[in-house]
Amino acid sequence: MRKPIDQPAWRFWRTGSASSSLFEAGAGAAVLDPVESPGPEERLEAEDAGPRGERVVRVGSGQGFWGDWQEAPKLQVRTGSIDYLMLDYLAEITMSIMQKQRERSPDAGYARDFVQLIEGLIPDLMASGVRVISNAGGVNPAGCREALRLVLERIDLPRRPRVAIVCGDDLMGDLDELAASGHELRHMETGEPLSTVRDRVASANAYLGAEPIVRALEQGADIVITGRSTDTALTYAPLIHEFGWSAEDWDLLAAGVVAGHINECGCQAAGGNSLVDWRQIDLIVPGYPIIEAKGDGSFVVTKHPGLGGRVTWATVTEQLVYEMGDPEEYITPDVIADFSTIRLRDLGGDRVRVDGVEGRPRTDKLKVSIAYHDGYKAIGTLTYAWPDAFEKAERADEILRGRLTYLGLEFDEIRTEYVGAGACHGHLAGPPLEDLPEVMLRIGVRDSDRNAVAAFTREMAPLILAGPPTVTGFAGGRPRVQDVVAYWPALIDRRFVENKITVETQEL
Amino acid sequence: MKVRLLEIAFARSGDKGDTANIGLIAFRPSLYPVLVQEVTAERVKQHFDGICHGEVERFELPNLRALNFLLHNSLGGGGTVSLMLDAQGKTFSTALLRMEIDIPTELLEPRQGDPPRPIG
Repeated sequence: MRKPIDQPAWRFWRTGSASSSLFEAGAGAAVLDPVESPGPEERLEAEDAGPRGERVVRVGSGQGFWGDWQEAPKLQVRTGSIDYLMLDYLAEITMSIMQKQRERSPDAGYARDFVQLIEGLIPDLMASGVRVISNAGGVNPAGCREALRLVLERIDLPRRPRVAIVCGDDLMGDLDELAASGHELRHMETGEPLSTVRDRVASANAYLGAEPIVRALEQGADIVITGRSTDTALTYAPLIHEFGWSAEDWDLLAAGVVAGHINECGCQAAGGNSLVDWRQIDLIVPGYPIIEAKGDGSFVVTKHPGLGGRVTWATVTEQLVYEMGDPEEYITPDVIADFSTIRLRDLGGDRVRVDGVEGRPRTDKLKVSIAYHDGYKAIGTLTYAWPDAFEKAERADEILRGRLTYLGLEFDEIRTEYVGAGACHGHLAGPPLEDLPEVMLRIGVRDSDRNAVAAFTREMAPLILAGPPTVTGFAGGRPRVQDVVAYWPALIDRRFVENKITVETQEL
Repeated sequence: MKVRLLEIAFARSGDKGDTANIGLIAFRPSLYPVLVQEVTAERVKQHFDGICHGEVERFELPNLRALNFLLHNSLGGGGTVSLMLDAQGKTFSTALLRMEIDIPTELLEPRQGDPPRPIG
């Protein structure tokens, strides 16, 4: 007989049915069994967590974006055992922000958080042998290592840490040569050639795969700093290194990509942002996900016991579908992974087993992430209180638009939203309630003319005294004019980039 | 009978440029075929009328009992360009869960061994 109480799925079910919003949906609320309970084989495996005689490599996720919780990587290293710590700092927008910082100061252009983090964590890393892989280098991996050198040389350690940098993803200096040799870098969706925005390009980086990271690990690096590597490679490069997977073991590489996809958003695979059981999951001090991988490509997603967070089939599935395109065509520099082949088994005790992943040969192209300047925008907000909060906000919008017309101001786009009255779901939220306690008016404009956008920012504040009553929420002053940096995805011949890649390790 | 997707599924959404993606996951295996049958690309396009200005694509993932939807031209130009509060489509997940579908009543009934029906 199975004992339901031992099964995590059952636990999820019970807590879920007690108070989760998913079950408070009103009449007809369904009684749902959210998961097939694990069979006896799986439970046997769950009890036998450390597979006999088979080597397991543990890759912990410590950061899911630039700005993520700084305690998470410390907890990964100090609370339990991992072999590798991956830290993902880069989103599409991040590269252009870093490029801007580098234009202002040639030493900048990387994630400073990373340097601070390693400064505090280095004694633990050296004592435990945990190796770090991060794309914190942004547009300046060498600058990142120099900053690290300055802080590490003041710290007494049993031996000097070996720090590798991976360079060659930055194509900013190659754009003209590329254009001259017939690389049009056409926009992947619109098909337009890059020449249409060439003079406004702010950054251009190819997504590199695992190979240079593996090379750095072979050089004995304790810390690997890359620029624009794919987020997933940060997790599976160590698996290639440890298990000696070949560059054409497509199924194994695809399994690595799935592991990387689970790790790359930090806590999102371990109960963060989870619609299921969000009331019950302890997210004050959560454990971030850990991949326990075996050489055959199967792995278990887990987290350190004793920390918050939760790893179930539901939290892992939510992360698997996050930012998914065609699931059968998850294209990376190293392999095309087929997410329709993934098999999940919830083993209980915050352990989810993944296997069965299949992959196909990589393509001869690499993706390039290009950022370019595309005008200006500004967004202003004001809050109106009861009674008739929504009506007042609507009236204020009407007045503001009237004044913009009076001043002869026009914009490429102007958008009004009523926060608290359907800003997220639009008409799907139904008509605004009559008795709302307050509504936030949120107006944004976008235009190629900076002066027009700046003029708009001066028109919000006058509504405070020359507009509808009971208005507040303007302490922040005038809205800020922001540079719009747009994103231009393109493809490039992989050979052009691969010839430029360098990997170099130094003792700091 | 009619139920909201919220009662039989959960979801997560995100962005790729101006395209929002929504992964819709059935709570239990027997509910997945109902999602496949009822939550078609056409119905999702209709549901997001005025919000999704492009095509809706649907992909089936029976292994995860999930459907993945791509809602093209839905984010006001995408991440950095967009003036939308939800420029990255993070709340499109529950916007989809508002949809009502027809479902055979027996699929909602408790099965042997199920926990007691939630109160309220």
